Amino acid sequence: MAELAASVSAYRRLVGGRIRADWQYRTAFVVFMLGQALAMTADLGAVGLVFANVDALAGWTGTEVVFLFATSGVSFALADMLVSPVEKVAGHLKAGTFDTFLVRPVGALWQLCGTEFELRRIGRLLQPVVVLAIAVRLLDVDWTPARVLLVAVSLVSGACIFGGIWVLTSSIAFWTVETQEIANSFTYGGSQLTSYPIDVLGAWLRRLAVFVVPLASVSYLPACALLAKPMPFDLPRGAAWTGPAVALLVCLLARAVWREAIRHHRSTGS
Amino acid sequence: MRTYLEVARATARRMSTYRGATVAGVFTNTVFGFLLAYVLIAVFRERGTVGAFDVADALTFTFVAQGLAMPIGVFGTDHEQAQRIQTGEVAMDLCRPYDYQGWWAAVAYGKASFYLWARGIPPIVVGALAFDLRLPSDPTRWLAFGISVALGIGVAFSVRFLVQLLAFWIVDVRGPSQVVWITGGFLAGMWAPLVLFPDWIEPVVRALPFASMLGLPIEVLLGAHTGADLAGVLALQASWLVVLVSAGRLVLARAERRLVIAGG
Repeated sequence: MAELAASVSAYRRLVGGRIRADWQYRTAFVVFMLGQALAMTADLGAVGLVFANVDALAGWTGTEVVFLFATSGVSFALADMLVSPVEKVAGHLKAGTFDTFLVRPVGALWQLCGTEFELRRIGRLLQPVVVLAIAVRLLDVDWTPARVLLVAVSLVSGACIFGGIWVLTSSIAFWTVETQEIANSFTYGGSQLTSYPIDVLGAWLRRLAVFVVPLASVSYLPACALLAKPMPFDLPRGAAWTGPAVALLVCLLARAVWREAIRHHRSTGS
Repeated sequence: MRTYLEVARATARRMSTYRGATVAGVFTNTVFGFLLAYVLIAVFRERGTVGAFDVADALTFTFVAQGLAMPIGVFGTDHEQAQRIQTGEVAMDLCRPYDYQGWWAAVAYGKASFYLWARGIPPIVVGALAFDLRLPSDPTRWLAFGISVALGIGVAFSVRFLVQLLAFWIVDVRGPSQVVWITGGFLAGMWAPLVLFPDWIEPVVRALPFASMLGLPIEVLLGAHTGADLAGVLALQASWLVVLVSAGRLVLARAERRLVIAGG
């Protein structure tokens, strides 16, 4: 427990330092943030292009898909801000600077995410938050406390699932630093996949998203329950609440793999 | 000319050493091809055609776009030139007995020549195995596509060159570069085929330089432009190339005047 407290405190200081540093270059910071916001907007624009041509996609209206897009977007952006810095591990391994994390008495993952924290990534979060607020108003849903809770729980567990995926795919770097781009398939690819109703996917990919790489728990299953859509594969309605359990599993798996990766790590020594 | 050819060849060889990265990239392009393809299939299930496109056209567009993403450099992640400006190595580049813009053009075409086969063909092949794609058998169509892609690579290069020249004025070009390339990628057709754009804005999108990089060459492959229309498309691409390369030379001239070299 003391170890965790030390890690959290170190993390807070590192993040604070990064924010102060980034703030020195204000123009660069603002332009960078704009770029991040734009990345999300392009994805929303793609949804817009789809619904400029059709009224419904696999039985989902434009507003419903936008709601799906926004919940997935908030989860993804949270993970992008807090956990995606772990990607930088490949660069540290290549440069040999990863060892400095290991000789310090706090968790390497905390240090890495703190050192590489970039406040500009908040630009990615702002847009889906606004879009979610609008979509929630437009949807014809009776917002009971249970439903609001479901959305909140899904957003947090979605962020944990994406975060776990980031740690898992970044761990590959301990074996080969070249294949980092594979990670994009699961992180950015996962974001793309969860932004649309998975009904559009081929059956094999749908099964994969529900049972194997459980991205459906991020936004799709909760949205099915909220919007009274049929559940995939005749799952019970309760499956909408699987987010936290799935998140826990993914995070435990990520932790185990990360530890194994560090154990596997051989320093260059020079 | 020999020098530039050698530069291009050496760059292609340099790219080819990162085998793991190439495999990983192909995997990612293919995954995105699939994810985008399924959304498009759902769109075309609702309505049979959009503009002159049917579902086979749209899927072919998507996978060819994924294949061309790296040759064109549509993600805007290549900042080699800006880095050399930042570190001051640009002073050396400007002293050398070749044209500065021509050298970076040779680098761009060198990278593209490697990416075209290594990153371009695999996603299209996998896409064709999984879906019904519409790849032409007519060799003249492929020839027109080849010319159009070559022009597209040039247009993309000249935009990238301009964006990176910003490094003479600001410390970090990654922010502006991201803004340009996300907008550009969207307008080029990376997220959805050009025909999906609403009618009132589609002509504008087609006229902008970004469509000339990616969307228009793919439509040429699909046979959406033939005869005089095809000549018009190639002329538009060539015009953008001339305009943007000239703009690059103008900005470079101003940048050179700003450059202060500290001897040592």
